[in-house]
Amino acid sequence: MSDNVITLNDSGFDEEIATSELPILVDFWADWCGPCLKLAPIVDEIAQEEAHRLRVAKLNIDQNPETQRKFEVMSIPTLILFKDGHPVARMVGAKPKRHLLAELQDHI
Amino acid sequence: MQDSYNVVIVGSGPAGLTAAIYAARAQLDPLVIEGEPSSTSDQPGGQLMLTTEVENYPGFVDGIMGPELMDTLRKQASRFGAQFLPGKVLSISNPSSPFEIFTTASPAPLTARSVIIATGAKPVMLGLENEDKLLGHGVSTCATCDGFFFREKEIAVVGGGDSALEEALFLTRFATTVHLIHRRHELRASKIMQQRAFDNKKIVIHWNSIVTRLFGDVSLSEIELTDTTDQHTEQLSVEGLFVAIGHTPNTSIFRDTIDMDSDGYIATHNGTYTNIEGVFACGDVQDRVYRQAITSAGSGCMAAIDCERWLAEQ
Repeated sequence: MSDNVITLNDSGFDEEIATSELPILVDFWADWCGPCLKLAPIVDEIAQEEAHRLRVAKLNIDQNPETQRKFEVMSIPTLILFKDGHPVARMVGAKPKRHLLAELQDHI
Repeated sequence: MQDSYNVVIVGSGPAGLTAAIYAARAQLDPLVIEGEPSSTSDQPGGQLMLTTEVENYPGFVDGIMGPELMDTLRKQASRFGAQFLPGKVLSISNPSSPFEIFTTASPAPLTARSVIIATGAKPVMLGLENEDKLLGHGVSTCATCDGFFFREKEIAVVGGGDSALEEALFLTRFATTVHLIHRRHELRASKIMQQRAFDNKKIVIHWNSIVTRLFGDVSLSEIELTDTTDQHTEQLSVEGLFVAIGHTPNTSIFRDTIDMDSDGYIATHNGTYTNIEGVFACGDVQDRVYRQAITSAGSGCMAAIDCERWLAEQ
């Protein structure tokens, strides 16, 4: 995992999201999910390349069921982009990097 | 990376990777265009990336996990010098060698003296209103990705083949009840899988039934079943619906140039030859009968041998 990617947990999630100065992209994942593992290096790349305007975080849904339920994540991988504490975009499923960047473009 | 190849292999499931192993060992320096990440079977490694245990692939006494098998095949091809390009093919110029191949990886085309098509097949959806909207919100094509979210819930699986039963059995780990919806009065799956399903108390089979409507605003809440014998309908409360009703070949980009049947399966002759000289097809794109990992791998081997001989004659 790249140094640019932080790990979030149920405890402190709301505060972290609300106080982040940059938009924050959260990768909801689990280690038993094949497509999540394939998406991970792409998320790493995005974290590095977009570091000037985006923070990137991972949240393991096995260990953090509260946040998973709160944001109604029912399929993983799911990426949710938060801005000023609120979700503004959601991407379900593993996708090529250029598709993810295209969807993020309007919000960052 | 060079831009001209003896052989370009399109697809990286068991067929494409076995073709790559053989072509690489024949010192043809193959390039595998392996696909892009996705949560359907349309991804590097293909359909086995979404399965759990593969028990019938020869050579693995205790079975092997699908993704692990595909990683192993890829490493084996790599060891003999096969190269990999992450990306999808957009189009191939035809009708004669050398071929120009346009991909999502770069604006400039690659050129290839020969092409092996191993693009596999994708799951067929039900084609119901609401289905797209509810995909990822109760409707799923990937039990191993999404099963976890249905812990202690009632769910349904549609289909009657080995894939449907594998999904149903896997999902009994999480769900309280798994309703298996099947349009016939008997299952198409292998006897061993049928027995496991019949023996599992969490699986309830609805014979002669098809799903005709999906209900749910934010996420799936109910489905409507229609009995195919008397058209009687009933509602079933389920929060998850897993669709495993078969596959359709990924051949739309070749439709204008390669001969195929009305369902899109590529027509092959004398092994893996297609109607275009220098283009070969293997795996699920040309097999409507067997569709197993091992038959795909076998036809991938055939395609590489056919291709090697064809190149030698040019």
